[in-house]
Amino acid sequence: MEIPYTIETRPDTGLYNAKLGIWLFLASEVMLFGGLFSAYVLLRVGAEHGMWPHGWLNVTLGTVNTLLLALSAITTLLAWAACKVRDFTKFKIFHACTILLALTFLGIKSYEYHDKLIHYEIKLNNGTFADGHMVEESKDFDLAKKTGTVTLHGRVVADEKELMDLRAPAAQSAKLDEVTVAATDIKSMGNYGPRHNTFTAIYFTLTGLHALHILGGTIVIFYFWAFGGAMWKTDPERFTNRIEVSGLFWHFVDLVWIFLFPVLYLT
Amino acid sequence: MESNVQQFPPFREASAPPAHDDHAGHEHTEHHEPNFWQKYIFSSDHKVIGIQYGFMSLCFMLFGFFLMLLMRWQIAHPGVPVPVLGPLLEKILGQPAAHGAISADLYNSFGAMHGTIMVFLGVVPLAFAAFGNYVVPLMIGAPDMCFPRINMASFHAFFLGGVVMLVSFFIPGGAAQAGWTSYSPLATTIPTNGQAFWLVGMVLLITSSLLGAVNFIATIIQLRAPGMTWMRLPWFVWAQFVTAFILLLAFPPLEAAGVLQLMDNVAHTSFFLPTGLAIGGQLADRSGGGSPLLWQHLFWFLGHPEVYVLILPAMGIVIEVIANNTRKPIWGYKSLVYSVLFVGFLSFIVWAHHMYLTGMGQKIATFFQATTMMISVPSVIILTCMFLSLWGGSIRINTPMLFALGFLPMFGIGGLTGLPLGLAAADLYLHDTYYIIAHFHYVVAPGTIFALFAGVYFWFPKMTGRKMNEFWGRVHFWCSLAFMNIVFMPMFAQGIKGMLRRMSDGAVNYSAARVPGAIDALPGSVMQLNGVILWAAICLGIAQIPFIINLFWSINHGEKVGTNPWRATTLDWQTPTPPPHGNFEHTPHVVRGPYEYSAPGHAEDFTPQDEPVSPSAPLTPTAHH
Amino acid sequence: MSESDKPVNLKSYFRLCGVVFLVVLCTTSAMIATSFSHIGEGWTLKVTLILAIAVVNAFLVAGYLMHLLSEKKLIYTVLAFTVFFFIGLLGLTLGATFGFPPGTVSH
Repeated sequence: MEIPYTIETRPDTGLYNAKLGIWLFLASEVMLFGGLFSAYVLLRVGAEHGMWPHGWLNVTLGTVNTLLLALSAITTLLAWAACKVRDFTKFKIFHACTILLALTFLGIKSYEYHDKLIHYEIKLNNGTFADGHMVEESKDFDLAKKTGTVTLHGRVVADEKELMDLRAPAAQSAKLDEVTVAATDIKSMGNYGPRHNTFTAIYFTLTGLHALHILGGTIVIFYFWAFGGAMWKTDPERFTNRIEVSGLFWHFVDLVWIFLFPVLYLT
Repeated sequence: MESNVQQFPPFREASAPPAHDDHAGHEHTEHHEPNFWQKYIFSSDHKVIGIQYGFMSLCFMLFGFFLMLLMRWQIAHPGVPVPVLGPLLEKILGQPAAHGAISADLYNSFGAMHGTIMVFLGVVPLAFAAFGNYVVPLMIGAPDMCFPRINMASFHAFFLGGVVMLVSFFIPGGAAQAGWTSYSPLATTIPTNGQAFWLVGMVLLITSSLLGAVNFIATIIQLRAPGMTWMRLPWFVWAQFVTAFILLLAFPPLEAAGVLQLMDNVAHTSFFLPTGLAIGGQLADRSGGGSPLLWQHLFWFLGHPEVYVLILPAMGIVIEVIANNTRKPIWGYKSLVYSVLFVGFLSFIVWAHHMYLTGMGQKIATFFQATTMMISVPSVIILTCMFLSLWGGSIRINTPMLFALGFLPMFGIGGLTGLPLGLAAADLYLHDTYYIIAHFHYVVAPGTIFALFAGVYFWFPKMTGRKMNEFWGRVHFWCSLAFMNIVFMPMFAQGIKGMLRRMSDGAVNYSAARVPGAIDALPGSVMQLNGVILWAAICLGIAQIPFIINLFWSINHGEKVGTNPWRATTLDWQTPTPPPHGNFEHTPHVVRGPYEYSAPGHAEDFTPQDEPVSPSAPLTPTAHH
Repeated sequence: MSESDKPVNLKSYFRLCGVVFLVVLCTTSAMIATSFSHIGEGWTLKVTLILAIAVVNAFLVAGYLMHLLSEKKLIYTVLAFTVFFFIGLLGLTLGATFGFPPGTVSH
């Protein structure tokens, strides 16, 4: 006996196996991101007043990424439609677009990560905070030995809360300059990596996990794109189903981003 | 339901259609004999995967049991070197086991790993993955699981997860020490990487369970043989179906929590660390702002449904064994089905009854108390159906039936002692005492594990074509039953007297002997029970030796039996033994319900689900009441 | 019949995709506009509005691109339970963490 309903649909459910399988998997993914999203809500609601950051992320880049993913979702749908009309050339073109769009998305995402990792907040001994992007560390800079200086492109503020809401008029009108700080004046220093505060922590975790999904999806789509020809010749119906199922995963990843973008960039 | 049957393609011979599936295709064309690796390690056959899971999980269970024995020694004789195994421990683990005695850190490691191994590497893989994999496709008349290669990947993820867990014992600082619940901030502040290993292991195990769950649900929905309508499914399949849904939807939030705690441990974030956290009197170098309670919510969102993951497949086994050995239809099949669905649904909204002690508003505590009391109703219905099924049956006593019968009172004790824990007022007193240890061990050890033993004895003839030895099976049962109770019953008394769990000194520092005159110090009688429990646990271990020998000896030397030695009705017994690749020679066509025992008008006292309806015999109804 | 059994016409897909992309463009702009606007005090109203628009956007992707609108009952059932349990997880966790009577001394 062979496994039934791998291609044709089962009469009473109207589904073929893989389609049910991917939707079940997506249901578990909803709960996975649901758990993370709940964590986000709880951390945000529980944050000390005025300590939840606003406007820390680049809305332009976020918007570009949103549109890139939306376009890739569309090319994915068209690739499947091309398979359904048995047009393999069009399939190749559409999914090539999908892969390129996905890679561009990941490129922009890593640029954003880099931008956060070179952004430093320095707590000074006099109680003020120097904050900005790293310009350079002097060659003899050593925080432990208290030697050398570090130069940031940013500003110095009296209260850490001033750094939180970058949408506030005060922050918008603030002038950014090169600030040089001597190691002897530094109490502590850290970049905007995950450990900086709960916002950067959840930002890196959510987008990182999302980026891993993008990467996984891209690899699967690339596999079908590059090595799908053999199955296409022998069993186009089954291949079309595979494209549909991988497409459903891809759309889900897009769906997650539709919520991540407003939640992290816009609010 | 009945009308759907007609839509399926008509009966066809297995050889007629050309094979679509690539590996099924090989079977027909090339017929090469798979080598050892293909056959036993990288097999995608659900039966082999089921046996792989079964073997691995039994090994893990034995290992978890040994951890417990060492802990019980430490509890009964705090600080005294472990006899026999002590020098070995010191050699393997070094400083934490100096002089062969178990240090407090090592005790904590053993405690955390005993729980983790028993739950995630022992009982769940055995009850869900092993029995589910082996039996479910056979019972529904399917040739294999829906996605055989994903099934294989699921086992490999499980295996890797197990390896990561075991390796963590040997890293500097040792394995995780924060309990199987891994509460933050403790889990993040203990200076060992064991917790990171634990989390990586858990992510792998969760991935394995998710892949398994998708596979089970898709298989049960899509691959039921023609005529196998929902109300003709053996109840075991229903139990596995609900279990799979619980795993599918409750596990991901724990995976999310695992990722967050891993970030806390590795990337030094503060998801679960509050502002102003001090470690060893020093302000921790953390941003703070996180919520320790968030971990508990995400953990128990899985943790409570997990209880039903442990118990439902076990109940399924018990139902099958009872129906088969009372030789009559199970009592209240429909109530059983609706109960299991209701249990599955409610299990998602009871979790915070593990957290009354953390403090929560009255309204939300009331909600969780109400749902907790409600979920006991379907559980009791299931247990009642099992008891009533015995009524008036000509009961056939054999080893599987003994274990199934043993399950009933043991699970009853475990379940009923849980009720006080579901009510906040009583729970505040009993929380974290040995009472709760006794409660959940009664559910899982003499409850679930007895049912699993019943399953092993019951389906062993299907896997090997031979029966396990009946006499040694009974020795195994009676000794296990006696010693299980001597181990766990005293813990109720200890807990009610206020003895706390997770104490590496066996509560000796709270005893009246050590602190005379202290209010509520533990009296000598309570302390002496530790010694009783130790020796009962050792005897319990010895009682498993007949089982282990019986299991391996019977593979080649057990009594040879035919394809259907128990004279059972379900489809798993209507295939050749052991079933070939593809399971069935023809697609079975199911015409009746699963428990047609002693149907009037039949020559035999059982009527297989796929036996064609003969024109002379009266058509038997699908469900009896 | 299921979506995959319908006769296919690439052109109709192009039209569908064009419309979907236009709407995504509009909803995204609307979210950004709301985010930078000055309605309501603080963020509460703005967050609610933005999330509402995001839900519309998500409905579009799920409904048309994932052709969920023409999907089978079984899948609706699975997703309905999933969404219900997610709401339970979020709502009950929030309730248990912050649902204290006024005046309670918090941790």
